[in-house]
Amino acid sequence: MSEFKANLDIRHRAGHIWRNIFRASTVFGILALIVLLLNIANSAFGYVAIENDINPADLAINSIPIEQLHQVDLVWILEQNVSAGLFRRLESEMPWEERAREEIYDLVVERVVNPQVVHTWPLGGSLFHRAEIQAEVAAKFPGATLEFRSWLTGDFLTTPQSPEADRAGVRTAILGSGWTIAITILFAFPLGVGAAIYLEEYASDNRLNRVIQTNINNLAGVPSIIYGMLGLAIFVRALEPFTSGAIFGAVDDTATASGRTIISAGMTLGLLILPLIIINAQEAIKAVSNSLRQASYGMGATRWQTVWHHVLPNAISGILTGTILAISRAIGETAPLVVVGASTFITFDPEGPFSKFTTLPIQIYQWTARPQAEFRNIAAAAILVLLAMLLSMNAAAVVLRNRYNRKI
Amino acid sequence: MTQQIEIPSPSTTTIEAGYNRTNDLRKRRRLGETVIQTLLFLAGGISILTTVGIVYELSKESVHFLSQVSLIEFFTHAKWNPQLGNFGILPLLNATLMTSTTAMLVALPMGLSIAIYLSEYATPKASSILKPILEVLAGIPTVVYGYFALTFMTPLLRSVLGKDVVEIYNTASAGIVIGILIIPMVSSMSEDALSAVPRALREASYGLGATKLETAIKVVLPAAISGIVAAFIVAISRAIGETMIVAIAAGAGPNLTFNPFLPAETMTGHIVRISGGDLSYNSIDYNSIFAIGLFLFFITLSLNIISQRVVRRFREVYE
Repeated sequence: MSEFKANLDIRHRAGHIWRNIFRASTVFGILALIVLLLNIANSAFGYVAIENDINPADLAINSIPIEQLHQVDLVWILEQNVSAGLFRRLESEMPWEERAREEIYDLVVERVVNPQVVHTWPLGGSLFHRAEIQAEVAAKFPGATLEFRSWLTGDFLTTPQSPEADRAGVRTAILGSGWTIAITILFAFPLGVGAAIYLEEYASDNRLNRVIQTNINNLAGVPSIIYGMLGLAIFVRALEPFTSGAIFGAVDDTATASGRTIISAGMTLGLLILPLIIINAQEAIKAVSNSLRQASYGMGATRWQTVWHHVLPNAISGILTGTILAISRAIGETAPLVVVGASTFITFDPEGPFSKFTTLPIQIYQWTARPQAEFRNIAAAAILVLLAMLLSMNAAAVVLRNRYNRKI
Repeated sequence: MTQQIEIPSPSTTTIEAGYNRTNDLRKRRRLGETVIQTLLFLAGGISILTTVGIVYELSKESVHFLSQVSLIEFFTHAKWNPQLGNFGILPLLNATLMTSTTAMLVALPMGLSIAIYLSEYATPKASSILKPILEVLAGIPTVVYGYFALTFMTPLLRSVLGKDVVEIYNTASAGIVIGILIIPMVSSMSEDALSAVPRALREASYGLGATKLETAIKVVLPAAISGIVAAFIVAISRAIGETMIVAIAAGAGPNLTFNPFLPAETMTGHIVRISGGDLSYNSIDYNSIFAIGLFLFFITLSLNIISQRVVRRFREVYE
């Protein structure tokens, strides 16, 4: 009996230990998510040391700071401080009288004051070691001012790419992502839902249809980079006259007549998420109760009438939710777009499906790959923008689902 | 759907036959219905075209490549250096295996532990909170994980193991982060398999005096093993095909090394780096990435097919 008792204790102790191991793994998974998010926030905010070529206080005229100076005075400051050639060039681009005061003020800041970030600190250090940072700035960068900066600002969202980290923004990338995803949806949604309807409502259980079904399941497991290579071979090269817009006469200077355009990118992502949309839509269609179909046939409806008026309205919330989730996968995709040929540096807004493109994840990739610390900071800010986009997509999926569920 | 067409008996009058012809709806061919059905079939057929397209395009360029480099050299040469005409996939394959193995060492035990915890230990309320959080982890774009690997995992490894041991770009940090990326996938697929095991088995085990752990490990786990193995295989396939994390954190330049703290370029990383640069079509560089792509496609496809087979062959079916 005592032997049995001892054995029981061992068994219980083992159970206790393993229970804690299982729990610790779960905690680790959640901790990983928290650390990931904190790591991004750590880089997206923090102290920066800024050095100016000229102290803005020195530019004040009659002790009026430059923020409040009149347009004419700002032009005068520009004339005094920049080279004559640059001054004439700026004037020939647009005469001073026609420019807004804010624009000239920005020029003064950019060309004359020229603030440069000489060092950055992460958020963690900025919060907990403020005194040390201040001492470090005083010792290493005597001319610099220390300020707390959020790299994610309104300007960051609305300015295009720039070779300098503190003037770069994600405007081009956001618009590029928007255009690309629009093409992806237009391409993949009708095809995906159509295929799902075919497989669920029309296909009889024959060899061809089983092959289609197995094939879709396998396609969902193909690495995304392979889709990028498919897009490169088919959309960029083989269909170049179409994807460059040449056959529509849409080629202009910005499009540079190659197939590396938004439409190629969008269709590549479309092929990538097509299996996901089909599988999700199939699940939604399967969930529609069979009695609805029987009732519809009983009333003399044809097959398409049954699908259109009864099956789809009941499945639509599931289909839309699945599609939104598939699209949020597409928004975050990077590798296939690098292969298809995203542009490394463009500063102009995309004008249509035949423009060159860059997208938000591509921008993050390029900034992360740079060695300078400031680019890490703006990469983190861009990640926050991307995550906010994904979060709002998922929120939209939840809202849509709830609304449709209530109606039916 | 089979339709029975009623053949009018010879005795019916011509008037009746005419009446039947115009009003028997089953006999009327509906053009609209046929068109719609054809369109829907074509939509389903796109997926076949995609597969055919992948195989055709990858093979086409690979054939160009293999006309210049022999298959034996491709699989046995220990150097990949296009400038010098060395095309041996071993360094790239080795790096891929290093990152995937590291990833599996993280993802498989973690994912399985989480699955067991969620399905056997956690209260329904706790798992309804924990599962969506893990799903968030799965929904984060891989480029963000790449950033995480480079700016968090690498500095962490370097501060723990020493800066002279761990290089800035290394396969270990990329592999660990791929592992974290895959944890939710392993855990949710395994948990589905564990939850599908009928409650009666657990009750029987408890009835014989087994503890919770013994029930979970010796009864539930073996019953769900086909689903768990399938999850593992799909996870391996995912790790091999993972691109952005290795492109950012594992380093550029093929390097045949077994040291996980040195930089080495994987197959996917190489494809991204080569195609991200200025690439001229019909060059051997261009052809070579398609050969790598075809190899990659076959590896992942075989793994996926194996995983489906495993589920079908070894699934325990309960009434």
